[in-house]
Amino acid sequence: MSAARVAWLFLKVGVLNELQYRVNFVVQLFQSLIQVGTGLAVLALVYSHTDELNGWSESELLTVLGIQILLGGAIRAAVQPNMVQLMEDVREGTLDYALTKPEDAQLLVSVRQFRIWQLTDLVSGAILVAVGLGGVERSVGPLDAIAFGAALSLGGVMIYCFWLLITTGSFWIVRMEHVLELFEGVYQTGRWPVGVYPLWLRYTVTFLVPIAFAVTVPAEAMTSRLDAGTLALSFAFGTALFAFTRWFWRFGLRHYSGASA
Amino acid sequence: MSTQTLPEAGRVRSVVDYYLTMMRTSIVNQFQYRVAQYFYMLGMVAEPVVYLVVWTTIANESGGEINGITTGEFAAYYIVWTLVRNMNIVFGAPYWEWRIREGRMSADLLRPLHPLHNDLAWFAGSKFVLIVLWLPIAAGLTIAFEPTVDPTPLEVVVFSIAIWGAYLLRTMIQSTLGMLCFWTTRGAAIFDLYITTELLLSGRLVPLPLMPDRVETVAAFLPFQWAFFFPIDALVGDRSTAWLLGGLGMQLLWIAISFVAFRIAWRAAIKRFSAVGG
Repeated sequence: MSAARVAWLFLKVGVLNELQYRVNFVVQLFQSLIQVGTGLAVLALVYSHTDELNGWSESELLTVLGIQILLGGAIRAAVQPNMVQLMEDVREGTLDYALTKPEDAQLLVSVRQFRIWQLTDLVSGAILVAVGLGGVERSVGPLDAIAFGAALSLGGVMIYCFWLLITTGSFWIVRMEHVLELFEGVYQTGRWPVGVYPLWLRYTVTFLVPIAFAVTVPAEAMTSRLDAGTLALSFAFGTALFAFTRWFWRFGLRHYSGASA
Repeated sequence: MSTQTLPEAGRVRSVVDYYLTMMRTSIVNQFQYRVAQYFYMLGMVAEPVVYLVVWTTIANESGGEINGITTGEFAAYYIVWTLVRNMNIVFGAPYWEWRIREGRMSADLLRPLHPLHNDLAWFAGSKFVLIVLWLPIAAGLTIAFEPTVDPTPLEVVVFSIAIWGAYLLRTMIQSTLGMLCFWTTRGAAIFDLYITTELLLSGRLVPLPLMPDRVETVAAFLPFQWAFFFPIDALVGDRSTAWLLGGLGMQLLWIAISFVAFRIAWRAAIKRFSAVGG
């Protein structure tokens, strides 16, 4: 269990670090409100021209928006900062400090940072999900809730894998800082159920960048649309992706010769 | 760069020279990092594609058009959008924060030219790279979404001028906003608010006619649409000559207003500035 202990310790240090900067909380809260406000304005605008988008009502899409914001907050809190640091470490040659430690390197590079204030998005996203569900006529059963939890966790893991896969690329390509913008841009596709997209784009945001698994599938669970097959596919794909990421990370490491003195 | 004071005639020439050199350097520099640029551009393309898909879906569900805008016209709007968005990338307000925090400001102030010249010239140069890199993306989007666009020669000319007007206008707005960084280190929240306001009122989210009437009225009194909606609509819309030329006039007016605002803010800011680092 030493892996869990290491992760927990890093989490604590990360939280303590961030707690020093309390004004950041207010700033983050403000930004979170802006994000929610914009999302609501866009939804209102879309539904002023229609009643149903690809079979999804406004309340249901509010749930989708909530999940997208919630997961986005979790990614920005726990995944993104670590990956950005990893890219920087590769470029600056400071990755060696992590690699020479006795713990598993993948674990270490994945838990070094934690931006606790980003979790305001977790809260605002959860509120949106709740409000959205309040407007949905079908009730949410315990099975739906379990499926939702499973789908969301799988989605989170897949996004992490995607990030690590891309970041591992920095062993070969040096300038990767725009990847952040690329992800942020593509992640916006998660605001809408994946069914609205043309086929090529649907496959892209499902298998290439697993946003559909991370946002649409949990939203389907919450709105009782999910069938067991989709959830099983999500599980299978998530497992395969995790295994592949692990392999690719090691493969990248073997090609990495260090850049520091 | 020579630090000696130059005679007035030489000064204009040396500024022009400076611009040309900076632009050339920027072009060479940006071409070196083509892959990085493409990542950036592909991330940006996701946004209009999402809008386009959503509006196309709604249009298809309600008989092929919304408020008279057909799916083909939506496609044209959002494909031209991607170019205008690229022209809208400027030395933004957050970079002023970076410039001050990292101590670059002190060095920039020592130069004989205002730092704004550097920002304008560098990003203007990178536009040429962006436009070249944009062409294949535009071709791909055209194949995927089948836009209907049929511009007159005048519209093409106005568009070609308007995208540079948009670049200049947005640089001035962002630089003025960037002056806030001389007073606070937490501009991020304000910049977010600005970006959201701009998103809703510039035509970046939807063609402005789709906005509620009240919003459209508010937008008419603000500069944002002249840097975004106007250039796009000049090319893809079906507008009168008076409207097209009036639009260029509005751009010029807002560039002048934001330039004056920037000058005032800059004077106040530079009095406050007490170097960080060096």
